[in-house]
Amino acid sequence: MDISTSYLGFKLSTPLIPGASPPCNDLAAVRELEDAGAPMLTMHSVFQEQFDLEEMAVNRSLDGPLGNSPEALSYFPSPEQFRLGPEEYIDQIIKIKKTVKIPVIASLNGRTPGGWVSYATKIEQAGADALELNIYNNVFDLERSSEAIENDTLDVVRAVRQAVKLPLAVKLSRNYTGLPQFVNRLVKAGVQGLVLFNRFYQPDIDIEDLDVRRELKLSTSDELLPRIRWTAALAGRVKADLAVTGGVHSVEDVVKAFMAGASVVQMVSALLTRGPQYLKHLADRLAKWLEEHEYESLAQMRGSMSLLKTPHPEAFERGNYVKILHAWEPA
Amino acid sequence: MADKKVVTMDGNEAVAHVAHRLSEVAVIYPITPSSPMGEFADDWSAARKTNLWGGIPQIVEMQSEAGAIGSVHGALQSGALCTTFTSSQGLLLMIPNMFKIAGELTSFVMHVAARCVATHALSIFGDHSDVMACRATGFAMLASTCVQEAHDQAAIALAVSLRTRVPFMHFFDGFRTSHELNRCELLSDEQLRELIKQEWVDAHRARGLTPDKPKIRGTAQNPDTFFQAREACNTFYERVPSVVKEEMERFAKITGRRYLPYEYVGHAQAERVVIVMGSGAETVSETVRYLAGKGEKIGAIIVRLFRPFAVEMFLAAMPTTTKKIAVLDRTKEPGATGEPLYADVIAALYQAQRSAEVIGGRYGLSSKEFTPAMVKAVFDELAKPSPKKRFTVGINDDVTHLSLTVDNSFDIESPDTVRALFFGLGADGTVGANKNSIKIIGEDTDLHAQGYFVYDSKKSGAMTTSHLRFGKAPIKAPYLIKQASFVACHQFQFLEKIDVLESAAPGAVFLLNAPFAKEAVWDSIPREIQQQIITKKLRFFAIDANAVAKATGMGTRINTIMQTCFFAISGVLPREQAIEAIKKAIKKTYGKRGEEVVRRNFEAVDQTLQNLHEITVPAAATSKIAQTGFEQPGMPDFVKRVTSVMMAGKGDLLPVSAFHANNNADGTWPVGTTQYEKRNIAIDIPEWDPATCIQCNKCSFVCPHASIRPKVYEASALAGAPATFKSTAYKAPDFKGMNFTLQVAPEDCTGCSLCVQVCPSKNKADPKRKAINMRPRMEIRDVERANYAFFLGIPEVDRSKIAKMNVKLSQFLQPLFEYSGACAGCGETPYVKLLTQLFGDRLVISNATGCSSIYGGNLPTTPYTTNRDGRGPTWANSLFEDNAEFGLGLLLGISEHKKQAERLLKELTSQVGDTLATGLLTASQQGEKNVAEQRARVAALRTALKNIKSPSATMLNDMADYLVKKSIWLLGGDGWAYDIGYGGLDHVLSLPFDINILVLDTEVYSNTGGQASKSTPMGAAAKFAASGKGTQKKDLGLMAMSYRNAYVASVAFGSNDNHTVTAFTEAESYPGPSLIIAYSHCIAHGYDLKIGLDQQKLAVDSGVWPLYRYDPRLVSQGKAPLQIDSGPAKANARDYMRNETRFAMVEKIDAERFKILSEGSVRNTAERLALYKELSQIVFPTKTD
Repeated sequence: MDISTSYLGFKLSTPLIPGASPPCNDLAAVRELEDAGAPMLTMHSVFQEQFDLEEMAVNRSLDGPLGNSPEALSYFPSPEQFRLGPEEYIDQIIKIKKTVKIPVIASLNGRTPGGWVSYATKIEQAGADALELNIYNNVFDLERSSEAIENDTLDVVRAVRQAVKLPLAVKLSRNYTGLPQFVNRLVKAGVQGLVLFNRFYQPDIDIEDLDVRRELKLSTSDELLPRIRWTAALAGRVKADLAVTGGVHSVEDVVKAFMAGASVVQMVSALLTRGPQYLKHLADRLAKWLEEHEYESLAQMRGSMSLLKTPHPEAFERGNYVKILHAWEPA
Repeated sequence: MADKKVVTMDGNEAVAHVAHRLSEVAVIYPITPSSPMGEFADDWSAARKTNLWGGIPQIVEMQSEAGAIGSVHGALQSGALCTTFTSSQGLLLMIPNMFKIAGELTSFVMHVAARCVATHALSIFGDHSDVMACRATGFAMLASTCVQEAHDQAAIALAVSLRTRVPFMHFFDGFRTSHELNRCELLSDEQLRELIKQEWVDAHRARGLTPDKPKIRGTAQNPDTFFQAREACNTFYERVPSVVKEEMERFAKITGRRYLPYEYVGHAQAERVVIVMGSGAETVSETVRYLAGKGEKIGAIIVRLFRPFAVEMFLAAMPTTTKKIAVLDRTKEPGATGEPLYADVIAALYQAQRSAEVIGGRYGLSSKEFTPAMVKAVFDELAKPSPKKRFTVGINDDVTHLSLTVDNSFDIESPDTVRALFFGLGADGTVGANKNSIKIIGEDTDLHAQGYFVYDSKKSGAMTTSHLRFGKAPIKAPYLIKQASFVACHQFQFLEKIDVLESAAPGAVFLLNAPFAKEAVWDSIPREIQQQIITKKLRFFAIDANAVAKATGMGTRINTIMQTCFFAISGVLPREQAIEAIKKAIKKTYGKRGEEVVRRNFEAVDQTLQNLHEITVPAAATSKIAQTGFEQPGMPDFVKRVTSVMMAGKGDLLPVSAFHANNNADGTWPVGTTQYEKRNIAIDIPEWDPATCIQCNKCSFVCPHASIRPKVYEASALAGAPATFKSTAYKAPDFKGMNFTLQVAPEDCTGCSLCVQVCPSKNKADPKRKAINMRPRMEIRDVERANYAFFLGIPEVDRSKIAKMNVKLSQFLQPLFEYSGACAGCGETPYVKLLTQLFGDRLVISNATGCSSIYGGNLPTTPYTTNRDGRGPTWANSLFEDNAEFGLGLLLGISEHKKQAERLLKELTSQVGDTLATGLLTASQQGEKNVAEQRARVAALRTALKNIKSPSATMLNDMADYLVKKSIWLLGGDGWAYDIGYGGLDHVLSLPFDINILVLDTEVYSNTGGQASKSTPMGAAAKFAASGKGTQKKDLGLMAMSYRNAYVASVAFGSNDNHTVTAFTEAESYPGPSLIIAYSHCIAHGYDLKIGLDQQKLAVDSGVWPLYRYDPRLVSQGKAPLQIDSGPAKANARDYMRNETRFAMVEKIDAERFKILSEGSVRNTAERLALYKELSQIVFPTKTD
């Protein structure tokens, strides 16, 4: 059974990609993933903000006490070279590229326009095969409109597009009022792939300590459905590859993503809980499922249940609400 | 000649630059002001910079200077080229080995940043008392006068030493030269190769010990041969002066820079001549040139080669017309016929049978200013018919009347020299910015530049004064600026007390960082400042630099902003060129720290130019604000006359009588004086919310400066309280019915916010608020000042009513250590404060040199204070290395006094009463109640003694207080306990005396700027461990436990404060030696100290810092003496490490190495915990088993 696909211009033997997660930065784990049949990797994001803060913190620690007293003009040695900023990440790209043969997508979360561009340039120079832009906006500002926020993102995408030749994907938040239009603008700005959707830390309240705790819980298949809906809504309508991430665990989840129109699925939680070998297992299951359901290939199935092709497009458009209500109507 | 490379650097760097390239080995130990030489060498070796022969010099830090010189001796005996750097007491520790090295005719150069040797007080500043103490060692001594010379003579000294085999001490003035920035033309490698001939190096190596050609050295000789053998070295020494001269001449040919062993400057027919060495020689020669230019027949001889003192060469330098000579010594030798150089000059003249009238004077002790006006005073004295034979200059000696009168208006500085004065805070980056400016100007333009930096003695909120000169001619002015053409005040609050415009020249530019809109600046400054601006016709500029810093993400660092202002308005460089140069310098300085740092600094530069304003100066002063100064009502007389003058920065004006009439010529100083300083350095201070407070007193416990205090008291004490004074009902049953107040000392708080961090009580409706919350100091200062004054008047709690000591109750005890100059958020001082709360009224502290001796005893004010009975800690610092021994001596003496009192009491038992005497001799003194009862018995004894007329009764009356148990504590940091003082500490632990040791363990030499100690943990970067320490921290506690007679505890108050209190009380009660190792977070760990408590917790939770107590008393109870008080590791050691720059920077430099070291550290932590666990299960047989 042909379960090959393509994503961001790369021909992939299977559609199951390890998503951005810590194991994708570890050389031994990366090797294991390749051995288990991963056709491509997405590295953990490099966060410019983290490096900016780290740079400033290190700088403050080193410079803060300078000239504190005549005896202690400084408190630390002065190394000739610090490896602040994304250098380690860049090194890791180089090492991973030397370790595996499969394409490697780097993932970037920038903070300033200059940062996006400079980090992206370094990532390209390091040999990454593609770049996923991990967009996160501060949305709490009472004065900023959604359009302004979207324009900022588009500016970043255009600037990165201009700076690098790498295939670009954008990992999106679910929370756009006009997602299709925004996505369309992204594609026009030069994006070749869309990753649906980012899973953010969900703050929780500690009712004893009167504080807010943040933790990232592993996904479940329940989270898949909004992704299916939006993949179906966009598939075939925008000129970009779609990747589904968040809630892909079973072969049924994979099938649904493809029926909705995905080119690939990215998996993190499933691999973290079941190990890299699950990739191979799932690929086998997918091939078997397709055979059992008499599909010719994965490609044949892709987009079959998208908005453009589904017999009941309103089900996607109206979020199932109407149908459920109808189900309660007296016979 | 090779291409000239001109850089701007200080004397330490200039010397290290040569020494590193000319050494195969450097063995070192940190001591101010020479530490940076070793640090530079270590940094360069870590960066794999090579010496002349292509090797990377091996830099090894030892446990003391005695250790360093021992290894130097060994390395030299192996035939290696070796060096060391030291100062002061460190040099004195090297003396025994220096005799050996010289006796063995060993080619070697040590570099000494000459520093005052501690006498009546310690001083870190420069004079020649240390090098003069080494005259007898047999070392040749070569003095440098300035940065360039120090660089050059570092090489010349080695050339001569290699040729003559006489070891050299190359010295230059500590701070004045070691820390002065000036232009320096660097010797190239080619030049050094030409100077240091390979054949000499080969010969040195060939003299080394090797089993391939065995030799024996260090034999013991007997009366039959020692004397003759000792005289055999004479010819080697006889050669030295001529070889020095030859090498200086050769040096001149190679470099164009000419030196002489004895250099004359001045009038060819001089009649009056001054003889001087060190940086003072620059002042003297410049003054001589100035005055001789006006026709005065005067001159000066600069002595470079002090040992061997070459009589003929020296006299040849002196004009034959010389009639009168003044010899200046930067040292004091009490009881001698004269100071060393004076004595040598007299002897030289006598030996040559030349006659001249010679007078000798002391100047510049402890970096005391030495100015052209003082030089002129010396020449004026010489001109008198009967000049003083012995004199001092630079002070007012109104006791022995040795001092010369100085006309301070005398000035020789060229008006073309730009003189700029900057007042800043240690933490605001002023010094760093000025260093940067000097480098920009010194290296990017043709101008010469000089910078010198003056610090006060505080570690938090220290005022720094930067003295910068720029000019077309080389700047030879090793003294402070008195007439500045540019004055910048980087901290607005200074205007309240400091006369920052005192040294502003007429027409100067004044730049002020003022937290106001430009329209409001004028009326916000004190009237006195306004008046000076008007009178001196100053141009006045202002900027709100803190606002710009905040807006550009620079935090509290205003360095770049103020530097930009300086360049924008000082006119030193064209504005555009200057801004470009600043940005270039930013890129150079911060480029390796990341793009964001550079970006923010660039933004700060741009924003600065938009926010810098010239303030229109009205014709008359209009301000309603007056300067407050330092004098306060109610100050004791001495504090008013002496301390407050020192606080105002005018201590130079105090005469000798100020230190004589008050019986403190021996260095004794009044206690409890920090209370008068009121430094007002915090931006925000805590404010108490009684409704949210649960009265746990943790805030007070962690306060490093005793600036937030609780009191429990009768409601009647509230009579007369200010309306704003907060009081609430005390909540716990122990003092039921009483009132409770938590009060901040608004002018003493440093704003560290540890109190808020530790506060466990959140406001239920608004959880971001706690029981204490930070508020801008200026909003609540006046109200809280009145509240605090009232609070202090409320009676302290009755100590005997404290039933069981714990964190909460300990904080009701009066701290007798308050408002020290320790860093904001210091992790050491909460322990010291606790010590004074628990045992302060009977506490004897022997304090090793280090941070705790500086914040504990650095003038002008000291933090140890007294209770209402006048009792409190008595404190002394002997040396760094001998603290345990010194403290033991105190114990021995005090215990003899006690025994004497007991003997007298026994003798007088029948007269004072058997019950009272028995009580005094046998009652327990454990716990506050028992101590109070013993004090009552002593009072009763004194009453009884009044009726007994006998010498024994009189003596017992004098000594009766010794019947109350004294609590003797040795305090010091890990540098002392683990390294330099370990031998003594180890010995004291082995003895059976009741002595307590508190090690304030910051895991690094904090006081001297973060050098590695044996306490430094694996993986931490420190100076001398730049790539991360590769070995484990020494387990001092385990070593102490091995004696099995010592109480040993490991504490971390941020993790478990009650455990700390328990350990302190147990240690004090244990009748033998006790050792407490106290985790002390520190600025040298590299994080915001407000999270210090979190880091302490993480250290304990991760097992990095286990809490335990080893109590030998438990053995007799059939229990294991070791109790582990922290649970199994529940956090990751790597998480602890990653929060601190000292570890994180290793990861940023070399991630692979960090991985190895952090894994090693995790493994060792686990092994250590496993070992402790095993030990904690060992129950020793009791005597009855």
